[in-house]
Amino acid sequence: MTPFTQHAGVAMPLRRGNIDTDTIIPSREMRTVSRSGLAAGLFAPWRYSDPDARCENPDFVFNQPAYRDASILLAGENFGCGSSREHAVWALLESGFRAIVAPSFATIFHNNAQRNGLLTVELADSAIDALTQWVSADPQRNTVRIDLDICTIAYDPHQAVLSFSIDATTRNMLLNGLDEIGLTEQSMDRIAAFEERDQPTRPWVYLEER
Amino acid sequence: MATTLFDKLWHEHEVMALSERESLLYIDRIFLHERTGSVALNSLLENNRVVRRRRHAFCTMDHIVDTLPGRSDDTLMPSGREFIVATRSAAHETGIQLFDIADKDQGIVHVISPELGIALPGLSLICPDSHTCTLGGLGALAWGVGSTEAEHALATSTLRVIKPRNMRVNFTGALGSGVTAKDLILYTIRSLSAAGGAGYAIEFVGPAIDALPVESRLTLCNMATELSAFTALIAPDQKVLDFCRGRRFAPEGSVWDQAAAHWQALRSDEGACFDAVRQIDTGSLKPQLSWGTSPQHCIDWDDSVPAVSDAPDEKSAMAWQRAQDYMGVTGGSQLSDYRLDAVFIGSCTNSRLSDLQLAASYLRRTGHRVAKGVKALCVPGSGQVKRAAEAEGLDDIFRSAGFEWREPGCSMCFFAGGESFGQGVRVASTTNRNFEGRQGLGVRTHIASPLTVVASACAGYLVADTSV
Repeated sequence: MTPFTQHAGVAMPLRRGNIDTDTIIPSREMRTVSRSGLAAGLFAPWRYSDPDARCENPDFVFNQPAYRDASILLAGENFGCGSSREHAVWALLESGFRAIVAPSFATIFHNNAQRNGLLTVELADSAIDALTQWVSADPQRNTVRIDLDICTIAYDPHQAVLSFSIDATTRNMLLNGLDEIGLTEQSMDRIAAFEERDQPTRPWVYLEER
Repeated sequence: MATTLFDKLWHEHEVMALSERESLLYIDRIFLHERTGSVALNSLLENNRVVRRRRHAFCTMDHIVDTLPGRSDDTLMPSGREFIVATRSAAHETGIQLFDIADKDQGIVHVISPELGIALPGLSLICPDSHTCTLGGLGALAWGVGSTEAEHALATSTLRVIKPRNMRVNFTGALGSGVTAKDLILYTIRSLSAAGGAGYAIEFVGPAIDALPVESRLTLCNMATELSAFTALIAPDQKVLDFCRGRRFAPEGSVWDQAAAHWQALRSDEGACFDAVRQIDTGSLKPQLSWGTSPQHCIDWDDSVPAVSDAPDEKSAMAWQRAQDYMGVTGGSQLSDYRLDAVFIGSCTNSRLSDLQLAASYLRRTGHRVAKGVKALCVPGSGQVKRAAEAEGLDDIFRSAGFEWREPGCSMCFFAGGESFGQGVRVASTTNRNFEGRQGLGVRTHIASPLTVVASACAGYLVADTSV
């Protein structure tokens, strides 16, 4: 997993609440048994006036030249609700996004993001309003800088830096780009010991090998 | 110390604490399907890992497989075959049990896991599918994950989980006739909001819950993910034990007795402390219908669609306007003002035998047929449900009323590139999501109970059952 330490880039506002994973990447855009090949399907229902023909909708923010290289998404509450599809995270990453800033995230999306090095930052709506205002004035010039080491977002030099809080475990995973499976594999003896003491209490859990 | 049911289950599965809030939890059962499970299995194999306990992992074909009679590996979804073949091959290579297309027990993952006794009270169960919370209806600790987490569970029998907080939702009052668990959960989402459960494991309690049959409890917990909750739970009672007994993977003999005694103790202690408590009065609850594009956009079936000018704030007003534009409805109108084009009975929410019995009983009682011009589909949730329904003659009732009778699967709950209803089509659906485009580009989905959907199918517009 790619670590996340600091990142500066163009931020794209898409402030609707409850943006669901069916909208981030519709089921019909998940065409192969793979984590890749998903970028063109990102936000397909909004991004294209005709998704099959890939005919772009010029009004959608991502199609505006100033936001085409956006790497930070400013979103609304409960971002990533709905389906558990990790493809939503893979599609965002493949499209160049490194961080999503929103008032809140759906749990499964948050967990999927963390396991792929996509930072999710929770900020108050009013703080995201201020960020949106700054960015919208001149998206290419008014970039945003996120520092996970000190948990801050810097934008307008005339404004105070924004601080955010993040779960210590999540932060550690992201900063170090840790592979969770590898990490847990170091505790296999603990897992075996758990089974040994659990089996007499809950024998019905342990189905016999065929 | 008085402890909540959720905390008891958490503690029972805790292999070790990883930090103040995060634990390594033991995962008793893993269920996969060909949509997202295939990615997890392939990745596991690519990384040269094995399924640590292959008898604890199961897989079904439900998401992509066609539901038309005579189906095969070929699907209406253009690349569907690739998912099916890859899943089968990975399941065989890893040695996990697969309920393949022709298997008599094949079906929707959250319908077959209780049916087969794979989900049981108190078991921890994960699936790369957001509706895994369904199994909380049995008192299982079950939640949806992504493909990477599923791979973690396959390789290690565990997951690293940040502990959610405890919420109790207390339903006071009994449900009126013609009001179902689906109406109860839609009303709950409408009351608490689509983000109302974020960060919580919810326990549903109250007289209305005690009275609910087991399959209805599965329907209720199914849509906890539409509250953005980590999961939902109902303490197992005698009804649940009777439901589980004799299932294919359930314990037998003295082990059953031991399990039953263990499960009966799975309840929140008197005085247990919850981080949040919500009260919902169900006594006057009416059948619910969604009018918009979020499950929180629900109204009593005979209420008016809310006017944008009545929205509580500017952001809601914009969301309501957008939803009404997409749905082709206007504030102040009644949902019965709009002609219906199609209906769908099925999905992990409402495709169990009792759901089909409820809809068929309406057809039998009223003698009504599907209104002219309305496309009507009934998709049983599993092979077992389908055979049981056919043994009762329900298939004949549906067919003679004008419904298509399908093979088990997720079908048109979502659009994967295969079958769809079509642009602008208005659908009454027993499914769980009314998101823009969920059932196909431009499809307008109104979610409701099987009873409301069947009554609407016959009326040709959205209406609750007023025949009783």
